[in-house]
Order: sequence, then C-alpha cells, then structure tokens
Amino acid sequence: MFKTTKLTAAVLALALAGPLAAQDGTPKAGGTLNVVIQPEPPSLMIGLVQNGPTQMVGGDIYESLLRYDFDLKPEGQLAESWEISEDGKTYTFKLRKGVVFHDGEPFTSADVEFSMDKFLRETHSRMRTYMEHVESIETPDDYTVVFKLKQPFGPFIGIFEAGTAPMIPKHIYEGTDFANNPANNTPIGTGPFKFDKWEKGSFIHLVKNEDYYMEGKPYVDEVYYHVIPDAASRAVAYETGKVDVLPGGSVENFDVARIQAMDNTCITDKGWEYFGPLSWMWVNNDNKPLDDVKVRKAIMHGIDREFAKDALWNGLGKVATGPLSSSTRFYDGDTPDISYDPDQAKALLAESSYNGETIRILGLPYGETWQRWAEAVKQNLSEIGMTTEIVPSDVAGWNQKVADRDFDLAFTYLYQYGDPALGVSRTYMGDNAAPGSPWNNVADYQNPETDKLFDAAALMASPDDRMAAYKTIQDKIVEDVPNIWLLELGFPTIYRCDVKNPVNTAFGVNDGFRDVWIDK
Amino acid sequence: MIRFILGRLIKAVFILLAILVFNFLLIHAAPGDPAAVMAGEAGAADEKFLADLRANFGLDQPLYVQLWLYIKGAVQLDLGYSFRQQMPVAEMIGDRLPATLLLTGVAFVLSLVLGVAAGVAASARQGRWGDTIISTFALLFYATPLFWVALMATLVFSVWLEWLPGFGYSTIGAGYTGLAHVLDVAKHLVLPASTLGLFFTAIYMRMTRASMLEVSRLDFVKTARAKGLSRGVIQRRHILRNALLPVITLAGLQAGQIFGGAILTETVFAWPGIGRLMFEAINQRDYNVILGVFYISAAMVLLFNLITDVIYVIVDPRIRLTT
Repeated sequence: MFKTTKLTAAVLALALAGPLAAQDGTPKAGGTLNVVIQPEPPSLMIGLVQNGPTQMVGGDIYESLLRYDFDLKPEGQLAESWEISEDGKTYTFKLRKGVVFHDGEPFTSADVEFSMDKFLRETHSRMRTYMEHVESIETPDDYTVVFKLKQPFGPFIGIFEAGTAPMIPKHIYEGTDFANNPANNTPIGTGPFKFDKWEKGSFIHLVKNEDYYMEGKPYVDEVYYHVIPDAASRAVAYETGKVDVLPGGSVENFDVARIQAMDNTCITDKGWEYFGPLSWMWVNNDNKPLDDVKVRKAIMHGIDREFAKDALWNGLGKVATGPLSSSTRFYDGDTPDISYDPDQAKALLAESSYNGETIRILGLPYGETWQRWAEAVKQNLSEIGMTTEIVPSDVAGWNQKVADRDFDLAFTYLYQYGDPALGVSRTYMGDNAAPGSPWNNVADYQNPETDKLFDAAALMASPDDRMAAYKTIQDKIVEDVPNIWLLELGFPTIYRCDVKNPVNTAFGVNDGFRDVWIDK
Repeated sequence: MIRFILGRLIKAVFILLAILVFNFLLIHAAPGDPAAVMAGEAGAADEKFLADLRANFGLDQPLYVQLWLYIKGAVQLDLGYSFRQQMPVAEMIGDRLPATLLLTGVAFVLSLVLGVAAGVAASARQGRWGDTIISTFALLFYATPLFWVALMATLVFSVWLEWLPGFGYSTIGAGYTGLAHVLDVAKHLVLPASTLGLFFTAIYMRMTRASMLEVSRLDFVKTARAKGLSRGVIQRRHILRNALLPVITLAGLQAGQIFGGAILTETVFAWPGIGRLMFEAINQRDYNVILGVFYISAAMVLLFNLITDVIYVIVDPRIRLTT
C-alpha cells in the first residue's frame, strides 16, 4: 500500500511539473464543455448562496469588478482600471463601457452601488463585515465608482471577485424581497455564459453569451454541468468520456492516480490560491486536558502529516506550518517547528497533565479520505500513548456538534480568502468565540496580544507594517498551538489536455470558463 | 367488500396522520437544521445570516406550531415548500416521480415475472442440476450487496464492453425526440433496472420455490394426481395458485416501495429519482422534502397493503374480508 502511494506521488509530482496548459496555440471557437458538479447546488444565485457548487456555476454567469492571478494580483474584469489613494482610504474604479446584462440592460455604476451597498450587505455574511469599513460609495458618472473607507483596510482590494462581490442587476432586484425573488431561478449576470436550463438531479445547461464584451470570447458554445451523486460514478463518467473536466474533489483521492494515467489527461493543483484551503483539527481549549499547552504540542508533534499527504492525498498539497496557507498574503514560513516527532510528543505528554482520558475525535463527514484521515490520527495518537475514540456524524450533525463545542478534536478545513484579515483572524480572535457557529474561534483561543495585533494589522495602510504584525502573530499562535494544523489541501483539477485554460486564475474553475477553448 | 375497503381507508387516514407526526418529530430530533447546513456549505456565516434563513424557513417558530402548520397543510394535500430549492415540494416530487416509477416499475415487473418463473422451474426439478443452478444464482444475487453489483455492472458493461451507458437518465445534450428518445432512455434503464431487479428476483424465486414444494406435498395435490391430471395442469392450477399467497404478500410490500424510489441504485447510476431526492434532503435537513417523500411512500404502502388483501380474496376464495 505504502509503496504504491509513494509511486503515485512521484508520478503525480512529475505530471504537475510538466507545462501547465498555458496559452498554447490559437484559440478555436466552438464545442461543448462537460463538467462534473458535486454536490448539486441549491441555487445558482451567487449573491444569496455561497457554497462551492453555486460559485462554480455562478462564476460563469456572474462577474465582479476584478479577478486575481495565481499570485493574487488583481486584473481588470468589469473594471477597466482602478486607483487606491495614498492614504489607503479611497478606491476609484473605472468601469468598462458597453457591458450589458444577459437581458440586454446596460451594466453601470448604479449596479455596483446597489450590489455592494444594498444586496450583498443584506444577504452575504462575509461582505457584511467587509462593508463595515466603507464610509460611502459614490457614483459620479455611469462608469465611475468611488469607495470611501472609514480607515485604511488593506484587504479591501482583494474582495472584488465573483464569489464575494458579484455584480447583481439593480433593475431586477431593487425593491424586492431578495431571497424570494422569482428571478433567482433564472439568474442574470454579465458573465460569459447565460443560464439556459436546469434539470434538477441531472444537469445544468449554460449557453454562450453572444453579446459578451470581450472580442471572440467565450470560445465554447455551451457548458453542461453534470450532476452525478456517486464518486465512483463520477470517475466512470470521465473514463467513458461523458465529462471532460473533474473539478477538485470530484473523485476520491485513491482514484486520481488511475484516472490521470489515462491518455489525453492533464492535472493541476492550481486555482486554489485565493481560497488557500487549510485543514486542521479544532482543539477544544476549554476541555481538560486540552487546556494544557503541552498536551496540544504533544498531539501536534505526534501526528504524521507527511504520511497523510502521501497516503491519503496522493502527495498533493503541503504540510501546514501554522495558521496561514502559504498562498495567503503575509504568510511567514519561519515559524516554530511543529513537525512529526513522536519521541518529543511522548516526552511532552509525560510532563503534561494528561492521565489517559479518552479524547473524542470528530471526523469530517466529507467522504472516504476524511474518514481514513481520522483513523490515521487515532493510530498516531495511540502510538504516543493517548486513548481516543472517533465520533461518527453526518454534515448537519457535524455542524451542530462543532457549533455546540461538543468535541475534543474536530477535523475541519476553511478558506482564507487571500488575506489573514479576511480568512484567518476570525479563527483566533478572542471576542469571536461565542458558541453557536462552526466557523468562528471554535477552539476558544484567548490571547489579548494577538487580538490587538490582528485588529491593528487589518487597518494598516503599508504592506510592510502588515507583514511585520502578521509575522509576530504567526509566531505567537504557533507557540500556543490552539489548533492542530494539518495540510494545505491540494485539490487537483483533472481535465482532457485538449481543453485549454480551464484553470488560469486564483479561483480555478470557480472563475468561469471565459478563456476555455477546445483544441479539436 | 365495499364496506371493507371503506373501513380500511378510514383507518388508513389515521395511520397516515400518526406516521406524519412521528416522522416530523423524528426528523426534528436529528441534530442540525437546514439553515445550519446551508451556512455550513458557505463556510462562513454570521448570526444575521442564520437568523434570516431560519425566519425565512419558518424555523424560528415553536415546534408545535410548525407541526400544526405542517399537518394542516398535509391534510389539504399541500406538501409545503422547499426553501433550499425555492420550489414547492409537490412540484419537486412530481418532477422526480416519472423517473422513479419507470425504474422501480420495470424492476418490479421484471423481478416478479423472472422470480416466479425461475421458482416454478426450480421446484419442478427439485434436487436435480437445474434446481441447483437456479438456486445458486438466486443465493448469489440475494447475498451480494446491491451497490457492489451496481458498480461491477457499470465496470463491465459500461467501461470495459462499452455496451451501455453507466449512469444518467438520457444522453445529455443529444436532443433526441420521439422513438430515439425512448430508445435512449431504455438503454440508460437497463443497468439500474436489472441491478435493482436482481435482488427481488432472487427473493421471489426462493419464496416461490419453497412455497411450491410445500404445497406440492399436500393431500389435494395427491388427489389431483390420482384423478389423472397432467403434470402441467397440477403445477399451474393446483400448486402455483396456492403457492402464490406469500409471493403476493411480498409483492405488495415491494409495490409500496415503488413510489419511495431506490436510494442506492439511483445514487450509483445518477438516476434522477425520488430516492436520491430524499437521501439528499436528509443530508441537507430539508424537512419539507423529507416529510413529503415519507408522506407519499407511507400512503402508497397503505394503499398497496389494501390492494394486496383484496387480491388474496381473488386468488384464494377461502379467505374472507373482515375489518
């Protein structure tokens, strides 16, 4: 078992090192793109629903002002140019001219103001907190939008992507009950593809937006998202040629090696830089004996994360070094060592207050890989002398248990949204620890010093100052081990090599298939 | 007869109501609610987001109010609204029902006909090689897990031999109409229907065989033989007719499930039916959808139990109906 996984890891590494489907050749127009969607989204209205599949399909239909390359540098999308004032408090966007929504109405600065100030503030939890920083939005003319901030907010330039700040048609939603507007079933955006048909349980069909504002784009005529509930059947769908793109997480990791050995098959783990999915185990810092930092450190050093990466994740991803993903801004690789060291773990445990109590591990109910991972951790911990039990649950049960803090260790993974102020501070801020939510400071980590730094760093205008602050934060947090960081997850996108450019931004397939063409 | 049926129908209404209340309480006893699931999928949510969702879904009301509203609706055949999918539940079930009926219906007829025929054939050759072969196959299909058969069938017929599509209801994007569409759906139906049917075929076969053998030892069969009736006539008119009663009981049970769908088969073969709808709804705690499917299936089971009882009388005139 171990031997073969090592081998696949090597094969994979080789494949990943190969040239990524870059802009090779002249794009050809036409063709149908068949993509797996899993699970079936509840809705395609990206301003109301923020789950993965909704963003994937919605990313073709809706757009935002910007998009971001693999290094999270902004590129223009609906905005032609933008300017940030010296003091970091004024953001001016110049919009593209001649952009129309799918129903033919023009897209103007009024739509930007409506989307950001009215719609998303009402419906979008993350946007609500970001908009707290905004003093006013001005629209001097149809193609200019000026955001005036209360104080500098460094991450602000990073929020203009379709999943966070989709541009929503004012003429359809103004004055309506957003959540129950019948138009939610026939989404209208400015994106490269228009909604055509959704046969629930079978497929979602999008067609080319003929009036798209970019010359010649999109190249493909239509996109089918296939709903296939069983992971093995999704693998078969690719093997039998029914689908051409398997977005990250579509098939079980142990099937990846077999599939990518097929002819005309490419694989990439790019396209997740903005999300920076980082997995960890929540540690219930309020429960004995986990309130003892030595116990937490023992667990941290007692877990073989290289093994998990190679055996469970096919060698994809990276072993985490602390609370930030390496693709997130202000990541500091030089934090205290938390690598696998069972001897040190045993020594720490011997000095600690641990007396053989049974530690409850709540696995993540997201399929085979996660289940096996919980088993591997159980094994690791028994080797350093801890007694554990795995608590089974389904998704709803998991949410409830984590929200109620009814666990000792709980697997999770969360997105970081490119900036520690957007996706990391929420996990460690002392005043964000109230039970009832599975995404706040679930571990109940309390450190006034890092709290203060987090608050200050978000509002600093200079990136250098922010870097210095986040470096201290990362050192302090790693020293305290409030959570057991596992892996920066690598979700491979698998696709036929003649499908060009399926992944060319930090959002991967979630950013729509604007630039995709099929070389046939 | 009419009095019997009316009596049973009245009883059925009360049983149905009891089932509804029980299901409602059961589903609300499971941890987590649809708002938490939706927020969980978003990976981030604040208090307002959850509160808005719960208010929108009607989950902010006390449980007994929710129960009362649901029962009131259900009595008027209103199955409520799926807030997750933004659709009336009745419409969602209506969308999925044809696919399920096709799958379970075909599997039902297939397994009943094949199972009874194989059972009769096996009993007629009791102890000889024909019996051994049929019984061995039946045991094999009876004991093999459904999902494994499904996966292997896909692997062999779809991946290796490339004879049949491995999943789905029809070829997406092909735009077939008329006969071409029917053929296309039929092709997609072969694997799921036979997978689902095999298990029941095995059960019917074993039951028919056992029951045939039991009846064939009874005195009236000896009498028939002594009268000089032919072997075939004895098999058909004397033994089979009497041996069918337990088979009918079982068929009545399976028929009740036709409307409930087949969760495993529908999931593996991506068949857009009721079973999958319910399974996904359970995971998402989409209460109204779960209750709606339960409601329909419970009603169908009650209905088919009644039909089964009536069929008993037709098949075996010795049985009398009493409420």
